[in-house]
Amino acid sequence: MVGLNTYLIIGAILFSLGMFGVITRRNGVAVLMGVELILNAANVNFVAFARFGGMDFTGHVFSLFVIILAAAEAAVALAIILNIFNSLGTVNIDEANQLKQ
Amino acid sequence: MTGTSFIFWIVALLTVGSAAGVVFSKNLIYSAISLLFCLLGVAGLYVFLWADFIAVTQILIYVGGILVLIIFGIMLTHRITNVRLSHSSIQQGVGGAIVLAIFAGLSAMILDAPWYLSSAEEPTETVREIGRMLMVDYLLPFEVASILLLAALMGAALLSRKVD
Repeated sequence: MVGLNTYLIIGAILFSLGMFGVITRRNGVAVLMGVELILNAANVNFVAFARFGGMDFTGHVFSLFVIILAAAEAAVALAIILNIFNSLGTVNIDEANQLKQ
Repeated sequence: MTGTSFIFWIVALLTVGSAAGVVFSKNLIYSAISLLFCLLGVAGLYVFLWADFIAVTQILIYVGGILVLIIFGIMLTHRITNVRLSHSSIQQGVGGAIVLAIFAGLSAMILDAPWYLSSAEEPTETVREIGRMLMVDYLLPFEVASILLLAALMGAALLSRKVD
């Protein structure tokens, strides 16, 4: 039987990989993918604690809210990335170092 | 090893492996496709955690919405003639060291902590209870989230509009 620790370790691996993507990627869209991985790691933890803590549905509701916020965050982040591309001609976030041109 | 745990380990390997593909792939489109498999794998983990409604929501919103949005972002910010769509990474050594330290701390904490465990019967349905909690216990956050979604989508449309 697979226990709580397995899910938590999977969540930790997903979080670490997402953090690695956020730290090292240059492309803004790839950084966004890393953020999505981190949010999924948090969700796996919420649902795992709900399952092994006596099937409390609060964790499910929380992960629903996280999914909703991820949708809003992805929409706004992609709008910002499009604006950066239109004004600077690149989406590499280490080259986007001007506040105003 | 029973059949269920065999399938669980396949799903877990799919999730972790494609998450690694998202981060380490040299091609941006390959990263997006790996993210697709990673999100599907996480939905499979939710099924193993008796969270069928969350699993379906994950597939509908993440795979059907957010991933399509990300691929649109890739297509709009790269010239389509640029076939390779490569993207590079910087400072992989320092970032890898930091992330490995974080992961070591997290896993030591996870394996060491005395988690509160409580056994429960597998529920016959989860949607009814989730709906009751959303409409009774968490009504205010639910409404605030709907207003936040409206504001975020209008803001995104306004931001990405061409300036006159």
